Amino acid sequence: MAKTTYYIPVGPIHPALKEPIRVEAEVEGEKIVKVDVKRGFAHRGIEYMGMKRNAIQTLYLSERICGICSISHPYAFVIGSEKALGIEAPPRAQYIRTIIAELERIHSHILWLGVIAHEIGFDPLLFWTWKGREKVLDILEAITGNRINYAMYMIGGVRRDLKESHIKALRDMITYYWEFTEHMKEVFLSDPVYKARTRGVAQLSKEMALKLNVVGPTARAAGIRMDVRQDIPYDAYADMDVKAIVPQDIVGEARGDAYDITMVRLYEIEQSLDIIEFCLDNLPEGKILAIPNYVALLNKIKKTEGEAIGAHEAPRGEVIHYLKYDGTRDGPAVWKVIAPSYNNINSWAPLLLGAEVADIPVVVAYIDPCMCCNDRVAVVEDSSGRLLDYSYLHKKAVEKTRKLEKELGVRR
Amino acid sequence: MPTKAMFLMIKQMLQRPFTNPFPVKHAPKDVTSLVEKIQKGEVKIHPPVPVPEGFRGKLHYDPERCIGCRLCITVCPANAMEWIPELRKIRHYVSRCMFCALCVDVCPGKKFPGEEKAVKALSMSDEFLIADYDKYSDNLIEEPPEAKEKGI
Repeated sequence: MAKTTYYIPVGPIHPALKEPIRVEAEVEGEKIVKVDVKRGFAHRGIEYMGMKRNAIQTLYLSERICGICSISHPYAFVIGSEKALGIEAPPRAQYIRTIIAELERIHSHILWLGVIAHEIGFDPLLFWTWKGREKVLDILEAITGNRINYAMYMIGGVRRDLKESHIKALRDMITYYWEFTEHMKEVFLSDPVYKARTRGVAQLSKEMALKLNVVGPTARAAGIRMDVRQDIPYDAYADMDVKAIVPQDIVGEARGDAYDITMVRLYEIEQSLDIIEFCLDNLPEGKILAIPNYVALLNKIKKTEGEAIGAHEAPRGEVIHYLKYDGTRDGPAVWKVIAPSYNNINSWAPLLLGAEVADIPVVVAYIDPCMCCNDRVAVVEDSSGRLLDYSYLHKKAVEKTRKLEKELGVRR
Repeated sequence: MPTKAMFLMIKQMLQRPFTNPFPVKHAPKDVTSLVEKIQKGEVKIHPPVPVPEGFRGKLHYDPERCIGCRLCITVCPANAMEWIPELRKIRHYVSRCMFCALCVDVCPGKKFPGEEKAVKALSMSDEFLIADYDKYSDNLIEEPPEAKEKGI
């Protein structure tokens, strides 16, 4: 009997997806035999917009690149800008930045733990983990004024200071999360159902991980000791000893599957709590902005030339911003963003190949994909595969508008 | 085999909901009559959750204090501010605002005679219920009253 394969297209707009991406799979029974991942549906031209605005406007634009980690991109942006412009943030500001970044890591990791529980069909666990996540969001709201999109960072410091009441609330939160993480570890790591659905699923070997250039928790779960906080320390991370969390340190061996990545994320929450505690204990006194006057800051940017790379370990992996200031305008002349999901989505195609249909949600969710982060460039090809350049596309767009105007009888 | 997760989930089922309460306990048959009843004071609803200190809500603009320096227009990331050259004041579109409060930070404000410190023309209010059908409705545009009278 001849084997029949079925073609399953998913996306770009699909009820199961929160963001647009297209996965085309061919299945033979329950097994996936051919898979293709197509991306580029969420390109918004943010970098181009940023190169037309001044640096302060661009910083807040960069906060809107990602929907959930609204500190990662501004962090990389301010680090790159400060390197390029020769500004150093005051020590207190550096510590506050680190605290906010770690708070965000906690909320992002707990969010992921809920999402993976949802993807394997364990919805009560999703509600339980997200119930625990409210605490850190409340703290972020109290410190920065909003649950998301904190508008906290500024080139050369932070905009709001930590008050005594915030420090007390942060210490309460740390106690709460030590207990909550213990519960989560017990529920996730020792639950037989969870183990059955994740052990051996989405297994990425170390060689494969290096070949696919995966970053962040995905790479660490495969046993690669990489972490921007450890390799290129910045801000308060330089004052402490941050070590990449790898499964071989916890259980002796790294398998790189969805179970290991759960473990890495759970232990990273504890690491974040340690970092916040260190920052609170050693919080220096002093001012929080190197150049408090924004007009003076913009004037300095206008006069300074320089280029630099800013890297930050976002909850999903390393995020890199390349910035160049040319000394003629008050914003970046060149701005390039590389988000962690761009590297991590590479692992979908090899992992989906040979997997079962029921494992697709786990494979897709285990890297915590963020489509709006990873779509950084859009190219258009014609039917023969030739790349169409900007001027040609613009000409065609104008032609079509004129044609439509004529057809519809629009008078100009 | 009973696991820790099972106990937690069963416990969770018996607990009170963790989420903030809805305005009314059950979805009403007729929303319009419910709103009327609330306005008359016949029905009480759960109030919205209180906002924290330093919450960034709808921007409040005081044209009397505005000196027309245009700094807010320079820093606004969303280009939500519009310059009115005739009055030398600004118009703010709340529907475009991204609530970063940069304009509040940068606003120099104006000192009236007899006051010790300058008071900023722009400030963040606690108001967050700003949903509207029309993005140009009066509720969503902050402008000097003269601008509306003269139709600028």
